[in-house]
Amino acid sequence: MLLFIGYPILETVRLAITDPDTGKLGLMNFIALSRDYHFWEAIKYTFMLACIVIPIQVIFALGVSILLLKKFKGSNAVLYTFLIPLTISDVAAALIWYNILTGNGYLNRVLLNLGLIQHPLHFFGYQYRDMEIVAIVTTEVWRATAIVFVIVFAGLQMIGKDYLEAADVFGATQFQKFRYIILPMLKPSLQTALIIRTLFAMQVFAVVWILAGRDVPVLSGETYYQQVELKNPNLAAAYAIIIAAISLMLGFLYIKLLKPHHLER
Amino acid sequence: MIVVYALATIVVMWIAVPLGLIFISAFAEPSEYYDLSKPFPMRFTLNNVNTLLFILGAWRSTLNSIIVAALTIVISFALGLPAGYSLARFVFKGKDLFKLSIIGLRMFPVIVLAIPLVVIYLRLGLADTLLGVALAHTAMSLPFVVLITSSLFAGIPIDYEEAGMVFGLSRAEAFFRITMPLALPGLAAAAIFVFIMSWNEVFIASILTLVNRTLPADILVSALNAPDPLKFAAGFIMVLPAMIFVFFARKYLIQVWGITIK
Repeated sequence: MLLFIGYPILETVRLAITDPDTGKLGLMNFIALSRDYHFWEAIKYTFMLACIVIPIQVIFALGVSILLLKKFKGSNAVLYTFLIPLTISDVAAALIWYNILTGNGYLNRVLLNLGLIQHPLHFFGYQYRDMEIVAIVTTEVWRATAIVFVIVFAGLQMIGKDYLEAADVFGATQFQKFRYIILPMLKPSLQTALIIRTLFAMQVFAVVWILAGRDVPVLSGETYYQQVELKNPNLAAAYAIIIAAISLMLGFLYIKLLKPHHLER
Repeated sequence: MIVVYALATIVVMWIAVPLGLIFISAFAEPSEYYDLSKPFPMRFTLNNVNTLLFILGAWRSTLNSIIVAALTIVISFALGLPAGYSLARFVFKGKDLFKLSIIGLRMFPVIVLAIPLVVIYLRLGLADTLLGVALAHTAMSLPFVVLITSSLFAGIPIDYEEAGMVFGLSRAEAFFRITMPLALPGLAAAAIFVFIMSWNEVFIASILTLVNRTLPADILVSALNAPDPLKFAAGFIMVLPAMIFVFFARKYLIQVWGITIK
């Protein structure tokens, strides 16, 4: 374990603080990054995507969880279907949505044939950057809501029926039950889901790379670009360190902020 | 009740329609695909998949992906299974710390691993090899394997093993003849989980390989410049094996996913 992960981390740090030209040690790579327009763009877009995608996913996952908590005929089939994206890679998910949203895609085909639009909608290309973001958000919600759902659903199932029945006895409304029983008891699950999703969001790569390339720069995309296209492992390592540092900080922040206060356990 | 069914239908459609459409596009005749006057292509062909696999050589990267996934399963189980078993069965000093660090590692951004591995692999002669990618994937999947196997073994009462040992089996025999068969379905599901992780991983694979690309890395780099129908064929090939696996192991997979996110 140490060999597998510890040594590479040290090596990343060493690469990140080595000057690519002179081999001297120092913070020059980070200084170079702070002066790079693309770095700040990447920070901006990574956080922006996370801030749009994660709330949608949490609400969507909560909704589907509550729906599937009601046992009905075929509810298992719905469950399995909803979990399918867990097995689909980000590359494939990006291609799946590219298939729908591209100029010749099904969205345009259907809308054109219904006569709702005269010209195809454009989702891709630098001049349509806002639409690219819509496409990325859609793909991420489609692909990664399932992981939030698994956590939230497991958490919901653990809430004892007694609490809800007791609430019924006291005449609580649906909303009150949700607000004062389900939500507080779900807090640990929500916390886990948020941490996992946020950390993944900091690493969002292939979906963005395939759908938008560098039109929408993100941190891991820039890491890849520095490493593979510019052959600059030192700057790539600096990016990697920054991703790791941000992930660590966010993880801490969540645990501090979302500590469950009024749980029995 | 009608509302419930309506919502359920929407949820299913939300997932199933995009999947269905990539299947259609993968097999659509390109001329039909580019003809916007029809909402859906009507004539189908195997040419897209054929061209991608045999003319552009994606069968090789598909094979590479399978080899890497298989290697990852073997290595991560060889290392992770004993660790998982000892976590489930024995009390030892530093056990809590060990468990915590494994849970922490699971969250670790793999991107940080990929960059230095390029340099390290050059030194070790592992650059651009499938074994190199598999080792990196092992680092990624090992925490999951340890967690899943330890929880599987913990679910099998130790009494069975003890009973076996009373009747003269050694500890190893008790493990292989009693615990192992009981854990087998769960282990198979865990193996599938690792397979999917490795099959889908793209960042490490595309950074560590140049010639011996895995399928996602190959597609990320080359298919982006390919005509659209070939992209959809690629999407189809990537989605297929994972879906087949899920279909057969769906019950266990939910259990396994439940464990990995606790």
